[in-house]
Amino acid sequence: MGGGDVYDAVIVVALLLVAASATAAVVQRDPARQALVLSFSGVVLATLFTVLQAPDVGLSQLAVGSALTPLLIMLSVRKIRRRGRSKEDTR
Amino acid sequence: MSTVMHVLPYLVAVYVFLTGCYGLATSRNLVHAVGCLAVCQSATYVLLLAVGYRDGGTAPVFSDIRPGSRPVVDPVVQALTLTDIVVGATVTALLLALVLQIAKRHGTVDPDELRELRG
Amino acid sequence: MNRLRLWLLALGGAGLAALLVAACLDLPGFGGRRHPYGDRAVHASLARHTANTIASVNFDQRAYDTLGEMSILFAAVLGCAVLLRQARDEHRARPRPAEVARPVRRYALLALPVALVTGLYVIAHGQLSPGGGFQGGVVAATALHLLYLGADYSALERVRPLGVHEISDAVAVCAYVVLGLASVLAGTAFLANTLLPYGTFNTLSSGGSVPLLNAAVGMEVASAVVVLLAHFIDQAVEIEEEHRS
Repeated sequence: MGGGDVYDAVIVVALLLVAASATAAVVQRDPARQALVLSFSGVVLATLFTVLQAPDVGLSQLAVGSALTPLLIMLSVRKIRRRGRSKEDTR
Repeated sequence: MSTVMHVLPYLVAVYVFLTGCYGLATSRNLVHAVGCLAVCQSATYVLLLAVGYRDGGTAPVFSDIRPGSRPVVDPVVQALTLTDIVVGATVTALLLALVLQIAKRHGTVDPDELRELRG
Repeated sequence: MNRLRLWLLALGGAGLAALLVAACLDLPGFGGRRHPYGDRAVHASLARHTANTIASVNFDQRAYDTLGEMSILFAAVLGCAVLLRQARDEHRARPRPAEVARPVRRYALLALPVALVTGLYVIAHGQLSPGGGFQGGVVAATALHLLYLGADYSALERVRPLGVHEISDAVAVCAYVVLGLASVLAGTAFLANTLLPYGTFNTLSSGGSVPLLNAAVGMEVASAVVVLLAHFIDQAVEIEEEHRS
């Protein structure tokens, strides 16, 4: 079965991409940049889920992992930075 | 190839989980720690879907295939993962709200500085 | 102190890694043929004329579990609303309307209706094709926020009355519980899918109570995400601390 082997190779590539993007998301220490890496990692995970024949889960991951979670992190970072700035102004 | 293939997805899930834990433990910023927790969560999705996969299977959706004509992958774990993702996002939001409160009350989001404040 | 902590982390991590790898080697191999629960779930879903087995598992076979997930979601949103409310020592500052680049404005306003309709379509076809309340709700709610990109925050606040979304969040959770109680009144178990006829396979009105529960979840997730994002954007853009000088 040549087709099965090719499909296995696709799964392996998707798995390795997931591992690499997760590492990148942890190693990036700046939260704003981490949000961007997480967003990319969400797309890679959605691809893996689609390859594993789970389109429902892929759709969910695409909406949540690559849009909602990074957006919430970005908004939190902005709030914390703005606090820091306004505090320095009053000093 | 095939013996590696039988455990590789599980090992990737373990690796992603441990990487997230390492990030959580060494993080110097609570917002970054919440991001690492999201990475840990994604490890559980990979593990669950890997358990449910079947060689040559297709998605368990019968709107365009005739029932019984092809093997399908396990729908139970997919349903678990699906709700897990959306609920996980709201829990992330709750944690971020707590971080914002900490930033307001203590003026810092570094866990080490927070410990010094209390002590 | 810090060195000690890293050593402790390395020790615990190595132990956990060894245990997890040992567990992985004992799991049934990836891609195996034996999925007893999956086969039974597919069988039950086809018996109840639901084309998308995952929707059937979520809203029929494990509907009680989904009620639990919904309450976690509801409680988390409630917690966020309480934590991020405007405190006594804070005030609201209107942000200055920012200049939006023309192309950004044009494409955001073009994409908004498309994304919104896609979200509603994904919710409505949950029992037929991949999708459903959980995914479509998130898509529809985030689509609304393209208005923040394309116009500005006050435009978003006008089309998104927060009170309405808070109420619709609660109403959706109640609707789910009421649908469950309706089947108790009809003489079967809580949330049992016996109330409505199963309909014709692969049409919009198939699957008994699955489309109704799916719609309730879609409404809840959409309003929950809108409320969450509203509180975070308020914190990031509008609410400021009083300057104590």
